[in-house]
Amino acid sequence: MTTTRRQMLCLVGATAVLPAPVVHASPDSAKQALQSILGNAKPQTGRVTIELPPLVENGNSVVVQVSVSSPMTAQDHVKAIHLVAEGNPLPSIMTAYFYPENGRATFTSRIRLAESQRVWAIAQMSDGSYWQGHADTLVTLSACTEER
Amino acid sequence: MAQARTLITVPPQAKKGELVLVRALIQHPMENGFRHDENGRRIARDMIQNFRCSFNGKEVFRADLQGGIAANPLMQFTLLAQESGTLEFLWEGDNNFRAQAKAQLQVT
Repeated sequence: MTTTRRQMLCLVGATAVLPAPVVHASPDSAKQALQSILGNAKPQTGRVTIELPPLVENGNSVVVQVSVSSPMTAQDHVKAIHLVAEGNPLPSIMTAYFYPENGRATFTSRIRLAESQRVWAIAQMSDGSYWQGHADTLVTLSACTEER
Repeated sequence: MAQARTLITVPPQAKKGELVLVRALIQHPMENGFRHDENGRRIARDMIQNFRCSFNGKEVFRADLQGGIAANPLMQFTLLAQESGTLEFLWEGDNNFRAQAKAQLQVT
């Protein structure tokens, strides 16, 4: 079989377009985690504040505070806040559920971070809308890898 | 299994309409199944999956913990003080883990 010049060019072009093999699976699983939270909804940016220390010495315990601006009335309140860490082997960290009785949509917890990364907070409102915010952090000692 | 140690911090008294800070801590390794011991063996997963707080029998806060929560998990949230009552806390997780705690809130 002879390959014409045109076919050859097509082949070269096709290989160039192929994406590079994924070495680290995390961004993909983070996308899946976000997809499972959001479904087909499009999150808007704003209203969500996520606080992480900019530099973390020990990824085993990182204080994270999330707050969402909302009147927290029976008609208009935050139903849930989801936390997703892009670079963790298990990106979904937690989901916190709120009620008007909370008065304010805010919570604090301590999380593990495997590497320097971006952490997302997604708020689900009672009207069905989604809002998102994120924070970036540098981790010098990773959780997971160290021995006990 | 012995009950895990818990530590609840709630102000004993609050004025009606005031925002009350509730802190719930529990002793737990929160082993995520990704870590290895000194011999290179993988440490089996042992996590708390669920945390619930109810006030006078009505749920006021809940959290599903999926992974990546630090050992001895801390849950801190707010409550709007409306009436006096009892706060009940419940943690549930792998290996039939279950722990409960109670706290009183006096609203004046």
